[in-house]
Amino acid sequence: MNLSDSKLIAADRNEVWQALLSAEVLQQCVPGCKEMSGSPEEGFEATVVQKVGPVKATFKGAVTLSDIVEGESLTLSGEGKGGAAGFAKGGAKVVLTDEEGGTLLSYDVEAKVGGKLAQLGSRIIDGFAKKMADQFFEEFRNAVQGPLEEVEGSEEGEKKKGWLGRLVSN
Amino acid sequence: MPKDSGIGASSKRREDVRFLTGQGQYTDDINIHGQTYVHFVRSDVAHGKINSIDTSAAEAMPGVVRIFTGADFEGIGGLPCGWQVTDRHGEAMKEPAHPVLAQGKVRHVGDPIAAVIAESLEQARDAGEALNIDIEELPAVVDMKAALSEGSATVHDDLGDNLCYDWGFVEENKGAVDEAIKNAAHVTTLELVNNRLVANPMEPRVAVGDYNRANDESTLYTTSQNPHVIRLLMGAFVLGIPEHKLRVVAPDVGGGFGTKIFHYAEEAFCTFAARQINRPVKWTASRSEAFISDAHGRDHVTKIELALDADNNFTAVRTETLANMGAYLSTFAPSVPTWLHGTLMAGNYKTPLIYVNVKAVFTNTVPVDAYRGAGRPEATYQLERVIDKAARELGVDPIALRRQNFITEFPYATPVAVEYDTGNYVATMDKLEEIADISGFEARRKASEANGKLRGLGVNCYIEACGIAPSNLVGQLGARAGLYDAATVRVNATGSISVMVGAHSHGQGHETAFPQVVAEMLGIDESMIEIVHGDSSKIPFGMGTYGSRSIAVCGSAMVRATEKIINKAKKIASHLLEASEADIELKDGQFTVAGTDKSCAWGDVTLAAYVPHNYPLDNIEPGLEETAFYDPSNFTYPSGAYACEVEVDPDTGKVTVERFSAADDFGNIINPMIVTGQVHGGLAQGIGQALMENCAYDENGQLLSASYMDYAMPRASDVPFYAVDHSCQTPCTHNPLGVKGCGEAGAIGSPPSVVNAVVDALQSAGHNVTHIDMPVSPSRVWAAMNS
Repeated sequence: MNLSDSKLIAADRNEVWQALLSAEVLQQCVPGCKEMSGSPEEGFEATVVQKVGPVKATFKGAVTLSDIVEGESLTLSGEGKGGAAGFAKGGAKVVLTDEEGGTLLSYDVEAKVGGKLAQLGSRIIDGFAKKMADQFFEEFRNAVQGPLEEVEGSEEGEKKKGWLGRLVSN
Repeated sequence: MPKDSGIGASSKRREDVRFLTGQGQYTDDINIHGQTYVHFVRSDVAHGKINSIDTSAAEAMPGVVRIFTGADFEGIGGLPCGWQVTDRHGEAMKEPAHPVLAQGKVRHVGDPIAAVIAESLEQARDAGEALNIDIEELPAVVDMKAALSEGSATVHDDLGDNLCYDWGFVEENKGAVDEAIKNAAHVTTLELVNNRLVANPMEPRVAVGDYNRANDESTLYTTSQNPHVIRLLMGAFVLGIPEHKLRVVAPDVGGGFGTKIFHYAEEAFCTFAARQINRPVKWTASRSEAFISDAHGRDHVTKIELALDADNNFTAVRTETLANMGAYLSTFAPSVPTWLHGTLMAGNYKTPLIYVNVKAVFTNTVPVDAYRGAGRPEATYQLERVIDKAARELGVDPIALRRQNFITEFPYATPVAVEYDTGNYVATMDKLEEIADISGFEARRKASEANGKLRGLGVNCYIEACGIAPSNLVGQLGARAGLYDAATVRVNATGSISVMVGAHSHGQGHETAFPQVVAEMLGIDESMIEIVHGDSSKIPFGMGTYGSRSIAVCGSAMVRATEKIINKAKKIASHLLEASEADIELKDGQFTVAGTDKSCAWGDVTLAAYVPHNYPLDNIEPGLEETAFYDPSNFTYPSGAYACEVEVDPDTGKVTVERFSAADDFGNIINPMIVTGQVHGGLAQGIGQALMENCAYDENGQLLSASYMDYAMPRASDVPFYAVDHSCQTPCTHNPLGVKGCGEAGAIGSPPSVVNAVVDALQSAGHNVTHIDMPVSPSRVWAAMNS
């Protein structure tokens, strides 16, 4: 399956780019991620627990970054093996562009499953993949700029610090 | 007045007492002291190169006894294919190796890679998770047309391409057929898919291997339709165990439908491993495992052309079919789209010229083999669909068009190599029109319309070749085994009888029907006769149950053996009665001297045979036990006419079967109730194929319909009450019972009438729909109506 969407993030392009390369941010944003280690250069190792329809499994796998155009675009690819549950593979081509009010993050996602996940969960896999992608990029936006509602609800107050802001203030 | 015993009686199925009270003894009920459990780790990619298998972590897991991989089977035979097809150019089909556990490559989702044996099933599964298997995924071959295109990935690299064979039949007729089609007044063309099915017997497959070191004897308990065939294939071709050291037992088996004919890797593995570890090894398939390891059925893509002259006589039929073999050749796979399919393309009609071309294709999917009907449903479906389409194009009544072209004289030699011995297609069609109340259809259609539903009527005929098979003929066609059967009739001292038969009963009711035949011949009570089947150490070498052959072939062997018993018993009786053997008559269990009141009972004779105090020992041996082998001289040709009425909901596309009628000619009938039940079951499977069932793969070779959430089996509410009639009987001329077989008819005969009925319903409402592929699901019907 393939799906495309975009999100406007209230942060400058460099800030968004740095977040994309962070293991900490990725762990925070990958739904169900229990562990994440590694670096953009070497790739990341991840452990993810997810339930797809009737199949719940712990997926261990690698996340790699490729096609990197500094500050502009990259491809995130992940492959997780879930033992008896089969496997899931996915990729997201991410493009960043400057936009009024921040950075527009556009993504094209493709996902593929095999083994028991395909055998038992194929009916719901498209919806599942869309949910995962939405969740990932929503969390990513929150991580970079802080939760949306707090930004909107704090016109006069202090803007909640995003990921880079927290790092800097720490 | 219906009979209450013997041939023609609806004796109640005695085996149901144990089946319905939970006392059946199935393979999974067999547990042997010291038993271990095996879990097969299977490929979850459709095609891949095995880079490495690291078993070390798994071997250290609790309870693990031994882990086997493909490397343990090097030098051991692969699973053999039992039928060699020769292609159009005289070349043998391509025959890939089929290892017990994958070697080097995996070729379908479900291909076994490793086998973990542990003290418990849970431990085996846990250790299976700990195996470190590195597989490099390769491009999968899924679509048959793409598989044959230049540059396609290959399932078997050593074969060069994915074409198993390119078969032409009858090749010498090709030019004449092409000419006839070119010159025809009308040609109707139809392209269709015969959807891939999963057999889904109620009992999944199970195998228990046992080895007795004291006498070097291996025993395999398995869910098989033919234990002797498994013993032969596994002993001789895979494991190299001579027959006298190998016993194969198929106890109660919960349905087969073809998929339990074949010799599977798990059977060979359990037998092999039990000897290696010197402990029993048990495997029980889960339902999920059955979906990815049981041979699938059907999966043909066909183009058929029917040529007619100006008077609507059929002048030629030409077909092109792609037949999916899956990743390996299952035991009888090559025969299904060829000899079990091409030879039936005449159907019930006197078409003079027929040419059938079949390309069998390897793909990265589960192997495909015989499934209830096996080749004959595929032949019937395309022929009866194209006839229906022709009738609509020509504006003639589909029943009239069929009647006009019926074969009416028998025996009839078809242009596709078989000779029908008997049949009466006019009679079955007459009977169908009566029981289906065809003349009342228009009134029912109006009633449906008043309810906002579209009603359609579909009719079709079918012919099948059953009673498989004359050994000398099938030998010429590529079969690597004889297809006779055998029976031993053992009369006990007090007159009770055990009949050991090569046929296997897994739902067919042999334990009831077979005794009816012997009881009829001897004039004794059915309850005195017991059928023994399923254990190679107890039964004579027979070829098992498939192709609607049990009563026609094994039943005939039983008749021959019983005739030998009668001959010998008459000799004994003539001694006891001090009369000439020629004057002895056997009736109602009494031996009498013709024209006198001298008689002795069946029991007197049997006792004398085993307690030969007063016995002609200088002329005949004691005892009363006879064996007969029976090899049929021809196939049998059951036939019939079916009618289906459907309602289509125009808002949703949902099709419901409102009426279904079946008029069959099975020749003579042993037990009408059992025959009716066999037809009911077959119809449910055929309607399931037509409306619901579909085995779907995605483009990567992932099986998407691998549970009952996605694979739609028909349920009671999906089928109507059937009108079934088998009073039209033209007895088979070449077997002693005059029987033809009834096990597959329902599944062969029903899909075309369902689809014909749906097309009729849509056309009646003005939709220009000429075909919808099976399964005719609501979405497909709705799409067809709204295109």
